[in-house]
Amino acid sequence: MRLNINGKNHEVDVDPTTPLLWVIREQVGLTGTKYGCGVAQCGACTVHLNGLPVRSCSVPVSVAGGAKITTIEGLSSGKTLHKVQKAWLDHDVPQCGYCQSGMIMAVAALLKTNPKPTDADIDAAITNICRCGTFQQVREAIHMAAKATA
Amino acid sequence: MTAMPKFTLSRRKFLVSTAAVGGGLALGLRLPFGPEVARAADGSPEITVWVAINPDNTTIIRAVRAEMGQGTITGLAQLIAEELDCDWNKVTIEYPTPGQSVARKRAWGEFSTGGSRGVRQSHEYVRKGGAAARMMLVQAAANEWKVPASECTAANSVITHKASGRKATYGKVAEAAARLDQPKDVPLKDPKTWKIAGKPLKRLDTAKKVNGTMEYGMDLKMPGMLNAAVKDCPVFGGKVKSFDAARISGMRGVKKVVQVGDSGVAVIADTWWNAKTALEQLPVVWDEGPNAKVSSADIAEVLKEGLDAEQAFVGNKAGGDVKAALAGAAKKVEAVYSYPYQNHACMEPMNATVRWTADRCEMWGPTQNGEGAFAQVLEASGLPADKVDVHNVMLGGGFGRRGTYPNDYVTQAVLIGKPIPGTAVKMIWSREEDMAHGRYHPVMQCKLSGGLDASGNLTGLHMRLSGQSILAAVRPEVVQAQKGRDPLTFQGVFESGEHSLTYTVPNLLVDHAMRNPHVPPGFWRGVNINQNAVFIESFMDELAEAGGQDPLEFRRKLLGNSPRALGVLNAVAEKIGWSKPAPAGVYRGLAQMKAFDSFVAAACEISVKDGNKVKVHRIVAATDPGYAVNPAQIERQVAGSFVYGLSALFFQECTVKDGRIEQTNFHNYNSMRIAQMPKVETILMPTGGPVWGGIGEPTICVAAPAVLNAYAKATGKRIRSVPLKNHGIELV
Repeated sequence: MRLNINGKNHEVDVDPTTPLLWVIREQVGLTGTKYGCGVAQCGACTVHLNGLPVRSCSVPVSVAGGAKITTIEGLSSGKTLHKVQKAWLDHDVPQCGYCQSGMIMAVAALLKTNPKPTDADIDAAITNICRCGTFQQVREAIHMAAKATA
Repeated sequence: MTAMPKFTLSRRKFLVSTAAVGGGLALGLRLPFGPEVARAADGSPEITVWVAINPDNTTIIRAVRAEMGQGTITGLAQLIAEELDCDWNKVTIEYPTPGQSVARKRAWGEFSTGGSRGVRQSHEYVRKGGAAARMMLVQAAANEWKVPASECTAANSVITHKASGRKATYGKVAEAAARLDQPKDVPLKDPKTWKIAGKPLKRLDTAKKVNGTMEYGMDLKMPGMLNAAVKDCPVFGGKVKSFDAARISGMRGVKKVVQVGDSGVAVIADTWWNAKTALEQLPVVWDEGPNAKVSSADIAEVLKEGLDAEQAFVGNKAGGDVKAALAGAAKKVEAVYSYPYQNHACMEPMNATVRWTADRCEMWGPTQNGEGAFAQVLEASGLPADKVDVHNVMLGGGFGRRGTYPNDYVTQAVLIGKPIPGTAVKMIWSREEDMAHGRYHPVMQCKLSGGLDASGNLTGLHMRLSGQSILAAVRPEVVQAQKGRDPLTFQGVFESGEHSLTYTVPNLLVDHAMRNPHVPPGFWRGVNINQNAVFIESFMDELAEAGGQDPLEFRRKLLGNSPRALGVLNAVAEKIGWSKPAPAGVYRGLAQMKAFDSFVAAACEISVKDGNKVKVHRIVAATDPGYAVNPAQIERQVAGSFVYGLSALFFQECTVKDGRIEQTNFHNYNSMRIAQMPKVETILMPTGGPVWGGIGEPTICVAAPAVLNAYAKATGKRIRSVPLKNHGIELV
């Protein structure tokens, strides 16, 4: 089947029930999207499907055919970092960093629909697990990104 | 016993050093004045083992401690760069392998990264490595200019001879400097003059973490690489009886089905998803062994018996007779606490990639102890030290889980890769496997008996621990040397050393009835301070209340001999506003502890709705680690500690049924989300002195008791067992 990931088409030969996550990682070779739980609990695998955040570990690849898939590798356009990535860099958010691809993708999707989220909006929308515990910096960086113009 | 064990006698370490000697290796040994110069991977000359300088003036700083998010590599680089006087903007990091270190008589020292030791136990030799390199670079320039080195200065990777106005970059003189003998007398800077160390600099590794290019063990790619999914007997101590490989041999992508040691099976396939899918269909018959019927209730019963057992190891004894003091007390308070098994639940499940060739075996993967992993590859492969190596990568969390444990993931990966030499095999544990085969925070119960005089002052305290020893399972030689005692069990309440009790109690006995169930224990961020802080800091509040005293005042009276503990406690009390009433409906609690040679305290404000919905509004946390190498990263470690510590307090317990762990994933082993995150205000108050304290772990332990104490104030209910979900209490 054909997948459109980060604006590029990829032909993959997989069982249609294979989770999108593992197709992205093992067939397409984009490993920025992470495996954390496999049951849509932790959000480390968050990608955008037609602009909406999904937990790719629990989306069969058959659902994604024809959709526009964006992963962390395709979030920025060219060399300019997406404003969420820039805020993350400026505020030194990641610790181990393993969950941060998913965290950034979830936040980028939030800011698209809600450019100036309140703390309550953030609490409702961002449910990713981070075991290092970067939440305080995540919250601060979301507000920084919301203030950025780019 | 003046300090907690540093594990210098470990079997693994011994194995590493004997392997090095036995192998007769002399690879890469640098000859002073000789023509041979050791080089970094890019060919840059090595000045000291910690520093190589590229001709383009890039400084390559070597690191062997593991980076798992705690920021230790940035901190160590700051210390080296400080003494080196190099351009911080041109620093890169290189990781020598354990094989390289062993071949050079352990040139880089200790690799193990646990016990919050990264900075505090290597700061001196890495700073000397930086300072010696600077002296050699300056000397090389002085030699070229034929001037005394004392007339030259160094700053920002440039050497200047002021009198003649000559300048040279480090890059220009590096080749000559690398050929000089290392100075013997290497003075270090006064921390008060630091310009790079001690500053809130950004981490060196963030850029790759925001665009998905940071490579974790899980992400390794090698030509022709295969993937393996593994399942170990769910009952600890059980074995594989049989499995029917033929049943899955035709499944998509499957290459091979192998037994792993005597207790595991693995499927090797083209992709991990195919390996995992096939493994789930593989019929396996287990011999579940003698533990097949053990449950949490059985374990709790065994621990309960230990609370009153005659025999116990003494960890702290002071004053006269605690029994007499308790018998003669005007008021006696007694309470029993318990702490459960907990999994580290690193975001990145365990994994390792191994490639065998005809005569070599190499492992790439996340480990907190490169040398320990090296010894495991050595042991599992049966190869000599010069045929083995380990390549560490960024860890997706560690928290103690990725230390070296017997028969763990590294050993599995070596065994799995052996039948297919020439091909790299990446073994990945599913989250379910990770939950089933942790090295768990040990279980512990504690009976506390305290005596108060008529004025409510503490006259005697007996703290009886009953439960599992980590060292008995992981470092038995340390326990043997202590005649059966595990000194680490007493972290935070020990008689002396880096984890000593801060309180002075007139009559004191802390002892431990060791009870070791079959569940494998491990070092879980903070280790034994987690339960000991819950026990003693909750009980301090119970004693204060029984004596009609304010919990802060009660503690202050016992901290007269511990000014640094008093310092952090007073700091949090002042900032939270302890002396003023809390806002309506808000209740406060506090706790303090000394661990890993740092003093920490926390004060929190919570509210409780409907008797069981707890909102933690605010936490003030103070840390006195002696020295602060990167205040910004310390702040992040402190804030993160409350996520780890409060997740453990509210949600986390691994229960045992039929000999195995019942929890399987984050839906039944929950972790805090951003909505539940309190505002954390960090007070960093380093007071200097001869001893450097740790950062990554100490603060975790004050999270739980501070909240438990506030909860008791809010509801009048004292909760004495973790996690709070078992009491119907939620974190909102």
